[in-house]
Amino acid sequence: MTVRLVVVSHSEKIADGAVELAAEMAPDVVILAAGGTADGRIGTSLEKVMSALDKAAGGDGVVVLTDLGSAVMTAESALELTADPVGVLLADAPLVEGLVAAAVAAQGGADVKEVKRAAEAVYGLGPEVAAASHSLAASTVTEGSVTGAGPDFTGDFELVNEAGMHARPAAKVAGGLASLNAEVTVNGVDGASMTALMTLAAGKGSVLHIEAWGPDAERALNYVGGLVQAGFGEP
Amino acid sequence: MVLDVTWAVRWLTLCAQAMAEHRVWLIELDRAIGDSDHGENMDRGFQAVLEKLAEAQPETPGAALKLTAMTLMSKVGGAAGPLYGTAFLRASTALGDAAEIDPARLADALVAARDGIVARGKAESGDKTMVDAWTPAAEAAQAAAADGAGTVLGVLVAAAEAAEAGAVATDPLVARKGRASYLGERSAGHRDPGAASSALILRAAVGAAA
Repeated sequence: MTVRLVVVSHSEKIADGAVELAAEMAPDVVILAAGGTADGRIGTSLEKVMSALDKAAGGDGVVVLTDLGSAVMTAESALELTADPVGVLLADAPLVEGLVAAAVAAQGGADVKEVKRAAEAVYGLGPEVAAASHSLAASTVTEGSVTGAGPDFTGDFELVNEAGMHARPAAKVAGGLASLNAEVTVNGVDGASMTALMTLAAGKGSVLHIEAWGPDAERALNYVGGLVQAGFGEP
Repeated sequence: MVLDVTWAVRWLTLCAQAMAEHRVWLIELDRAIGDSDHGENMDRGFQAVLEKLAEAQPETPGAALKLTAMTLMSKVGGAAGPLYGTAFLRASTALGDAAEIDPARLADALVAARDGIVARGKAESGDKTMVDAWTPAAEAAQAAAADGAGTVLGVLVAAAEAAEAGAVATDPLVARKGRASYLGERSAGHRDPGAASSALILRAAVGAAA
């Protein structure tokens, strides 16, 4: 069971397309589209949104992503009218990037609040921000640990695939790391954040420096290293 | 004049007539500073309200307004759907299951409607939105109801006149919310379509009680 996602867009095609894109990176996550009006025009429909929320209920919570202003208002109205809105959260995030980040987090088993955060972290997330948030997390993990502040495992891997660290590889890395009990940085950014990995803009031939902390640190390092060396299964 | 479910249904019927009559005017207002769908959307929304009212035959004013809220949210499509939907929904909650509405409760319902629009759209007075019609209307309704001799008709007239003045007063404003805000200074010199349709809705409420 994972967190489920609902996409509210003014356009049926945008909603369906965003779902299609995210589903490729998160095949086990239930993602429902609520785009356009009931009669196929541009706009948002309370009926469609409520029907999607209804279908999404019963999992581990729902995160709703929206596009322009009135999609937000329609989604809020739907929550106001929902009998049990507990566990339904609206994410304030760009639709496509936020949805993909949310889907990857949900695929990795994140809870509803973490999925919402993953979507919202897409806003203005530069490497510095990601690194700063990581160093906070890392100091928590290593507190009282005999290994001190240094990483438990490190490794350097060269990107061999033509396209480098683009969306799909970033989703694979982040999605896999989200399910491991380890804190991992890739060139200083949070390895469990797809969007942070994409901000690296690392192309073919770039070397990724991996640092890993925690009980699953070695597995995490091997996981990322294996993916990179295999070119993520891409040419 | 008693404000009961008959009044409510007549009000909503007059709203539908007003939106049909002013459809082209609202489209033109919206073409100047928005995406020119407001007249179309409001007309379609209120026509759907009439169909729902005929089917469901609500028994109280509150029930009629709740049905209106749900229908507008589902059928309007643009931002006006959730905004007016929330307004009618909050007004319906303020009316509860009362069979007749007294001046104080009427003013409460108008204030609740305004608060709903503000909560949903996050606009403030002066942003060139429907709030610029609803806030003066709600305040005028409260003042009229607080006057011991106030009647429901007096409250409705006060609200409608304040909404009309508020809508006219949006002409010179620069939009800070909604699609029109993308135009910046160029939005000045045009009436806000949402404020204009709000004034039509409150004028229809008077017509239904007259």
